[in-house]
Amino acid sequence: MIEIESLTKRYAGTPVVDAVSMTVDPHTIAAIVGTSGSGKTTLLRMINRLVEPSEGVIRIDGKDTREMPAHELRRGIGYAIQGHGLFPHRTVAQNIATVPVLSGWDKARIDAKVDELLELYQLDPQAFRDRYPHELSGGQQQRVGVARALAAEPNILLMDEPFGALDPVIRAKAQDDLMTIQQRFGTTIVLVTHDMEEAIHLGDRIAVMDGGKLLQYAEPAEILANPATDFVETLIGSADRPFRYLSLSALEAVVEDGAAEGEPLPVSATRRDALAELLWSGRNALPVVDAAGAPLGRVTREALLEQAARPAA
Amino acid sequence: MKRFLPLAIRLAVLVLLIVFITEPNVFAPVFKPLTENNAPPIYNQGSLLTLTLLHLRVVLTATVAATIVAVGLAILVTRPSGREFLPLSRSLVNVGQTFPPVAVLALAVPAVGFGQKPTLIALFLYGLLPIFENALTALTTLPNAVMEAARGSGMTNFQRLLRVELPLAFPVILAGIRLSVVIGLATATIGSTVAAKTLGEVIIAGLLSNNIAFVLQGGLIVGALAVLIYDALSGLERLAARRMAPKEEAG
Repeated sequence: MIEIESLTKRYAGTPVVDAVSMTVDPHTIAAIVGTSGSGKTTLLRMINRLVEPSEGVIRIDGKDTREMPAHELRRGIGYAIQGHGLFPHRTVAQNIATVPVLSGWDKARIDAKVDELLELYQLDPQAFRDRYPHELSGGQQQRVGVARALAAEPNILLMDEPFGALDPVIRAKAQDDLMTIQQRFGTTIVLVTHDMEEAIHLGDRIAVMDGGKLLQYAEPAEILANPATDFVETLIGSADRPFRYLSLSALEAVVEDGAAEGEPLPVSATRRDALAELLWSGRNALPVVDAAGAPLGRVTREALLEQAARPAA
Repeated sequence: MKRFLPLAIRLAVLVLLIVFITEPNVFAPVFKPLTENNAPPIYNQGSLLTLTLLHLRVVLTATVAATIVAVGLAILVTRPSGREFLPLSRSLVNVGQTFPPVAVLALAVPAVGFGQKPTLIALFLYGLLPIFENALTALTTLPNAVMEAARGSGMTNFQRLLRVELPLAFPVILAGIRLSVVIGLATATIGSTVAAKTLGEVIIAGLLSNNIAFVLQGGLIVGALAVLIYDALSGLERLAARRMAPKEEAG
């Protein structure tokens, strides 16, 4: 758990982060969204003390982060940044092993961890362990960057626009990988992004920042339904709002009995995917199947459209 | 074939150089036409091998000392605590460079006497600037994301310096050392004016006795040494830099 209490950072008297308080629950993803200059990156960097707060307290699992030396604090917190920041003079394996080596793990344990992470990220250890970062593609570099951040099995992972430099196809894959890994390790993740779409997709809760202030910190559905200020509303984008709202839930609750023609969708697909498929194929209903492919029923256009309406406050 | 030729030429130069400084008399017929009045065609006032080794030793000593001081200084002024010394150290090193080595020799002789010492001082001062400037450039232009990652992964300041900053700066620092060595090789010859044992002796002996063959021999050995050492260090630099691959090659 990360507790942030009236945290302020001033540069030359001007607050960049202004009295921000928020709590990130264990094993969840908090996405901090804002435009550039909103203070979101500064807020993130204060959690591992790359920036020292001017005022306020951060507690991790109840412990004030100022109680231990900054470098020790950072070894316990994974950190992944835009443009990955891999050490160009070190191999993939050496890069991933950075924090374990600093923490004095023995060699066998480090090697095992490196291979485990490479396999997790679908990079064949035999082929990739001894390569240098410049011999990898952008997507592979990004994966190694996140693997490095996760190597010492941190409870907390901080990510600063980790997918910013990736093309849309690789980015979607990287986001899905992150969610898989988050579920597997139960890592608490704080992620900074300027992309509301990404925040809604990944975040259990979304923090919207502007001008150093935390405008709203709530679950995605709440942010979409009841934006706290005009700025939050602008950030959501009124044109995309119903579709983003639909993208938050799976099909389960809207499946009804009955049959339908054509390609089925799995029940784990989002409502937005289903609506898009219905509109594009010109159908009124489509069959829904469970993970094993057994038919569960169908979902109709009408049912989905109903769900897209603004929920009653 | 294209890659083989330059290597073959350098190898030939190296072999020729070794044969020349060990068995110079083999080349007597080559230098004979340059002499007048039956003067000796090959330097005969000492061993060329000994002078070459002494020449290399004085350059090596001065360069090692200059490297330690210049890199140390560059590290110091790029730490947050030493930043205010940056302008001062820059001007100090610049003075070292603009002061003519001959003047350094003239000033050093009364202080430390004739011989090797004034030459070492002159070479040391002259070698500081290229190494310092390069080390400074390298340490101040490290990629931001990499430094950020190094801090974020929990390295202490010292670990960051040893594991990230210096390895990344190494090729550029090496380029500074290379420049310094080449300047030193040429400059060391004037040390012989204050009785330092270097290849300058051969050149000076030639000038005194109006023997072009001597001048040429001294000059050729220094020139060949400079070219070979320059190339060897360039190769080392490329090797070190290749692992990190400059950005434009990546992708």
